[in-house]
Amino acid sequence: MSGTLVIGAGHAGVQLAVALREGGDTAPVTLVGGEPHPPYQRPPLSKGYLAGAVDADRLALRAPSFYADRDIDLVTGERVTDLADGRAVTDRGREIPFGRLALAVGTGVRRLDVPGSDLDGVHHLRDRADADRLRAGLGSAHRIVVVGGGFIGLEVAAHCAAQGRSVTVVEAADRLMGRAVAPAVSTFYRDTHERRGVRVVLGGTVAALGGEHARVRAVVLGDGRELPADLVLVGIGCDPRTGIAERLGLDCPGGIPVDRAARTALPGVVAAGDCTLQPHPTVPGAGPVRVESVQNAVHQAKVAAATLTGGTPPPHETPWFWSDQHDLKLQIAGLAHEADEVVVRGDPATERFAALHYRAGRLQAVDAVNSPADFLVVRRALTRGIALPAEVARRSDRPLKELVGT
Amino acid sequence: MPKVLFVLPDGTRTVVDARGGDSVMVTATQNGVSGIVAECGGNASCATCHVWVRDDFVALFDPPGDMEEDLLDLAVSERRAGSRLSCQITVTDEHDGLTVDVPPEQP
Repeated sequence: MSGTLVIGAGHAGVQLAVALREGGDTAPVTLVGGEPHPPYQRPPLSKGYLAGAVDADRLALRAPSFYADRDIDLVTGERVTDLADGRAVTDRGREIPFGRLALAVGTGVRRLDVPGSDLDGVHHLRDRADADRLRAGLGSAHRIVVVGGGFIGLEVAAHCAAQGRSVTVVEAADRLMGRAVAPAVSTFYRDTHERRGVRVVLGGTVAALGGEHARVRAVVLGDGRELPADLVLVGIGCDPRTGIAERLGLDCPGGIPVDRAARTALPGVVAAGDCTLQPHPTVPGAGPVRVESVQNAVHQAKVAAATLTGGTPPPHETPWFWSDQHDLKLQIAGLAHEADEVVVRGDPATERFAALHYRAGRLQAVDAVNSPADFLVVRRALTRGIALPAEVARRSDRPLKELVGT
Repeated sequence: MPKVLFVLPDGTRTVVDARGGDSVMVTATQNGVSGIVAECGGNASCATCHVWVRDDFVALFDPPGDMEEDLLDLAVSERRAGSRLSCQITVTDEHDGLTVDVPPEQP
């Protein structure tokens, strides 16, 4: 046995390596990350790190000495380019023998496929280098256009608006965060962003980016409108990095397929985090899903480590997500799937409310705005299988926690 | 550097040299103190960094804000007088010797 190779040093990769050690595995563990920095937290890149409130040291997932102390061989700034027969090779020519393999390769940022998308001043935000570039680029930029009304785009838009910049968000769908929240929550966020000075264009497609002297100057919409821009942030999602898995012979239809034990179709090969396509965590019969969140990365990594070592996997968890925009804390628990009813508790005008998703009378998820108590009640109810019928949830006169008797 | 002592549920004691200005959570996670999960990275979103601050030190910190109150009220397994989310309390030189107990389970 020549140990475990973990490819990818994000939240999932680090947790996987740590969980192997915590599970008593004493075989060599090599953790390879393509970025030059030691492993760090990604969520603050579009929040505190962008605003300068969190510095690079505080972004670190673990202190520099931690890895050596745990006998985890951390390799940064190298990418595994090939692997076969228990031996991996990096782009710097390093050879790493392994007996077991963990893929925690994450996702790559999606780019706009329109004329002008390679102009200077066009930014993406996925890793720390992106965030550093964006921070530098924002220096003198006044007119910001954000393409994509999802978490990343809206967080950056909020940050820029708070700094007094002129911000327009262009979203192709007919509502913001359409994949993540209930329609009522999308409407609330559109109104709230606009109240705080962000312009929102829904149903807007981008036809081209216009520039002068190789620098972006405008975003040209499909209907011919032109939005002047000193800086464009493209936040239209990410795609799983499946190259290595495919080279191993795995079929990867939109993610690396794994089962509930984080096993791929190959013996001795597990996968965890944003790159995986997993059985739906909460709705039996729903198709496989890719869950992009820290919670999923950490949980699946623990599951994967237990699979590799034959240990006990951690108990089931309810997926959860969060996004900070302006002074609004959005917390989502559960995964809504074809919901047929949404119960809104509280008045959105107070900027404190929660939307509970139901399908066939069964609670699936909550979108909680500045309402951590409701978020937690639902998260706990979902995890423990406690019923919270819609007709009970509709009683806004009483706190949710009293209604479920927790 | 102020020292922070973490007492784990099994009685194990871990002493960490904190960087002044870091939260108790960052101090714990970066140094691999087990039992402090801190899933949200210090955002007062998840309550998985709950600790019990020992009595002598409780008054040295500002009281919890509304969000933290809600999370402590609902999320933690056993709320005590010294219950705090460790992401919301910052270590400075005046906290040298700070002692916190790590609860057996996080939400």
